[in-house]
Amino acid sequence: MNGGEQTIVFERKPHIIAGYGIVGPKEGEGPLAQYFDEVAKDDLFDQKSYEKAECKMHLLAIERAIERAGLHESDVCALLSGDLLNQIISSSFSARELDIPFLGLYNACSTFGEALILGSIMLTSGSMQKVACSTSSHFSTAERQYRYPLELGTQMTPTAQWTVTGSGCSVLSMDGEGPVVTSATVGKVVDYDITDANNMGAAMAPAAAFTIATHLRELRRKADYYDYIVTGDLGIFGSEMLHQLLLSEGIDIAENHLDCGKLIFDETQKVHMGGSGAGCSSSVFNTYFLQQFKEDKIKRMLFVPTGALLSKVSSLQGESIPGIAHAVAIEVA
Amino acid sequence: MDIFLQFLQAFAVGGFICLIGQLLINYTKMTSSRILVIFLLLGALLEGVQLFDPIESFAGCGITIPIVGFGAVLVKGAVKAMHETGLLGVLTGGIVAGAAGLAAAILFGFLMSVLFKSRTKS
Repeated sequence: MNGGEQTIVFERKPHIIAGYGIVGPKEGEGPLAQYFDEVAKDDLFDQKSYEKAECKMHLLAIERAIERAGLHESDVCALLSGDLLNQIISSSFSARELDIPFLGLYNACSTFGEALILGSIMLTSGSMQKVACSTSSHFSTAERQYRYPLELGTQMTPTAQWTVTGSGCSVLSMDGEGPVVTSATVGKVVDYDITDANNMGAAMAPAAAFTIATHLRELRRKADYYDYIVTGDLGIFGSEMLHQLLLSEGIDIAENHLDCGKLIFDETQKVHMGGSGAGCSSSVFNTYFLQQFKEDKIKRMLFVPTGALLSKVSSLQGESIPGIAHAVAIEVA
Repeated sequence: MDIFLQFLQAFAVGGFICLIGQLLINYTKMTSSRILVIFLLLGALLEGVQLFDPIESFAGCGITIPIVGFGAVLVKGAVKAMHETGLLGVLTGGIVAGAAGLAAAILFGFLMSVLFKSRTKS
């Protein structure tokens, strides 16, 4: 990668040796129910607050992923985690329980992509052997931080998305089984002046379009090189917008585009434009997509978690919502 | 039969207010708190131009129960107190008239928070 370029091609390719995804009860009633490793019966996870619940869910995902990889905490050189709460407390408080060096990350809902990219770079630099990447989100913690108190019972607007209660963790290693990370495109922050915090799909779609177009151009690939191009949480409206934006650049992804936010719920679940949240892409990737790789149904995918970089304060002050998207190319070994 | 007609009138007016609220949620970017304040000011305005009482005699609770009614109570109290105690009444009257509603909201809000836990909406 040279200056002015955004894409890294990994010559030595890190494996995703294990993944674990855990979700709340509503996600467990959705179309992907059978793929999740764990579906909680109650989204409080036997805790006293939803923040504690998110933290417990996040910790469980990390511990089980490491266990599934056949490793111990002491084998993992670094934990790269993020979430949506102020000062990323779900991640830090999970790391408090673990004997693993911790690097906290924040890129909103695209944090899982950021973690996979940084983890891959750390492994290929030769300085680390194994890293764990994780993110989480919880409907009830995000709702009261970014929108309104739960007690207010506010209605969702038609373009709103439903924050996924879920957490996912991947364990990356230079040796072992599992699909490999072959290249990655680090996204730039793109802002199309969307100010409606209830229309985040529209705020993130330009960033996703920009990152996908850059990735394909820099690697001289066509969109059909990938079996699937999978965005994080654009939802129904954002996905439509992404198709249009890319079509205007001569790239047609309508055939092979999937969106985790659209996959995780179905229309009967009253989630309006679909799911969102930092745990949306990570819980779906670590269960459904890793399973597809295992069953040989996918050979190559471009995984593009998308993020809306707003805060409650910035949106109340009328600031527009900057979007970001990172692309990670994952292929069979 | 008269009472059913009253129900119908209350339902129609109250429903119409909710319809406006739903349209504002669906077609504007206003936050719910802003919509709430607009309705409160609308009630104050209706009382100010003396349209609230005629609507109330037609719709009853259909207009007093939504927050429009609270806006009207504030203005009604302020005007009444001004006649009784002079200009200072403009400041005190609204709160005095609304005191029962305000205190009830705080008390019942507190009781509910003690008795119940918030849950994720389904």
